[in-house]
Amino acid sequence: MMTLANLHLNLIAPEIFLSGAACLVLLIELFIKPARACALAWPLSLIALLISGGLAFGQINNPPLIGLNGLVISDSAAALLRGMSCFLAAGVLFYAQRYSQARDIWRVEYLTLALFGVVGMMTMIGSAHLLTLYVGVELLALCLYGMIAMQRDAVQAAEAAMKYFILGALASGLLLYGMSLLYGLTGTLSLASISANSLTTLLPTSLPLMLAVVMVIAGLLFKLGAVPFHMWVPDVYEGSATGTTLYLSAVPKLAAFAILYRLLEQGLGGWIEIWQDILLLTGIFSIALGNVIAIAQTSLKRMLAYSTISHMGFLLLGFASATTSGYAASMMYALIYAITTLAVFGVMLALSRDGFESDQLDDLKGLNQRHPWLAFLMLLAIFSLAGIPPTAGFFAKLLILQAVVEAGFLAVVVAAVLFAVVGAFYYLRVIKLMYFDAPREDLLAASARGYRPSVLWVLTANAVLVVAITPWIGAIMDVVSSTL
Amino acid sequence: MIPLSHYLIVGALLFAISVVGIFLNRKNLVIILMAIELLLLAANMNFVAFSHYLGDLSGQVFVFFILTVAAAEAAIGLAILIVLFRTRRSINVQDLDRLQG
Repeated sequence: MMTLANLHLNLIAPEIFLSGAACLVLLIELFIKPARACALAWPLSLIALLISGGLAFGQINNPPLIGLNGLVISDSAAALLRGMSCFLAAGVLFYAQRYSQARDIWRVEYLTLALFGVVGMMTMIGSAHLLTLYVGVELLALCLYGMIAMQRDAVQAAEAAMKYFILGALASGLLLYGMSLLYGLTGTLSLASISANSLTTLLPTSLPLMLAVVMVIAGLLFKLGAVPFHMWVPDVYEGSATGTTLYLSAVPKLAAFAILYRLLEQGLGGWIEIWQDILLLTGIFSIALGNVIAIAQTSLKRMLAYSTISHMGFLLLGFASATTSGYAASMMYALIYAITTLAVFGVMLALSRDGFESDQLDDLKGLNQRHPWLAFLMLLAIFSLAGIPPTAGFFAKLLILQAVVEAGFLAVVVAAVLFAVVGAFYYLRVIKLMYFDAPREDLLAASARGYRPSVLWVLTANAVLVVAITPWIGAIMDVVSSTL
Repeated sequence: MIPLSHYLIVGALLFAISVVGIFLNRKNLVIILMAIELLLLAANMNFVAFSHYLGDLSGQVFVFFILTVAAAEAAIGLAILIVLFRTRRSINVQDLDRLQG
């Protein structure tokens, strides 16, 4: 007997609240002139994200509960990732405000799309069923296409949106076709039942099963931007407005980890033989290709795009070790990566002005003379991305490599470390440009125009956090692994 | 009674046609949008066929969601196409070359 009470609607309270807030934000423009609507919509969105994140964190000590007739799951990992997604998205909207306003994309619709995108991510994170997983993936993707294309007068943005749209739709097609085969093979759409009643009947050597798993993984790798399917990442990063790039590079990585975990561990966990080698190979190739091609870039955004590809490689490696410590290391990696990326793009956004993007490597020349404090924050964040010891990024990489060694793939670890060293070159080049090169004359003159002091405070807290959490990294890791 | 395999073959053919349409087409973006629709229909075909064969309704419910998403996706795709045409006066695939990836 289905009643409202055994639907457990309270499990999706954060999603319900955020969807309501997003609708409310959309309605604001009916009552207030469009020019001033964002002045109200922006704080409202931030508050909604913070409350929704708080609601999600409130479920962190819950035992795993399945709600909505098996559609959603609420466990500690879901609570942590959903809460962090909300807070990160709030950070993105906070940093992007001045930049996006100057480029005329800061509209009520943009904020609404951003909020619905977070709802999509939260749905992905809390999915216990292929249906919720697919709907979450699509909700996020559709919002992202819209946010990129919002910059209507920019030729690059329209092209980036189109490329992202075509490849994203192809990826969800692959994912969906794989899901349909899985449904046919196992007779169920629920992830728990897929893993429960299929193990006895299907051998990992069965060809249709391999086809299904490979298609699902191909769709996921597209969404992650890992190597054979990475072509869209640099173009989309470069073509989007920097605020949108930040949104799509930082926040969805947590949800990407979550769907990997839900689908591969909780759904297809019995067939590790099929997906482990694929993830190891794509992981190591992502690290290699990302780090090598990033060296040749002149655009900071493209460089960060290739760096993202290599970071996704590390995330996949941790996942491929297929142990609890490996999953925990991957989750930790995703969290630290997202926080660090937020700081890097935050500095870029603070440096940009009307008509000046600050997205080329040359624009960073002599940053120490123009904005010493911003240069220092950038230094911290870049050190963390490169994985240099006192920062959180180092420990994130260390935990991943430790898990992979424990799983017995020593050669993979050696290759990953070698390519991480190659990667250090282009990260350190950014530091060299900021501290040891002379600034361009035109930029020196224009450096007087400032940024909001409140943004500077948050940015400082964000970048310092990357270093300041290192004494407690063991404790945080314990918390993260206890959620899985 | 038509066996399950016939439906699956139709689904696989639709899938193949759409993937080929996306990758081999160098002319027109609208054709790519049509190919994307076919891709989703291929999955729909599989879901309905399996659902009937297994006697389980959840596959058909999934199809309703896919149809809804496909409609939203087509709307957004065409909207982006219009934005692109406005800025560039062309919907030729080969003209998408400002960003070199």
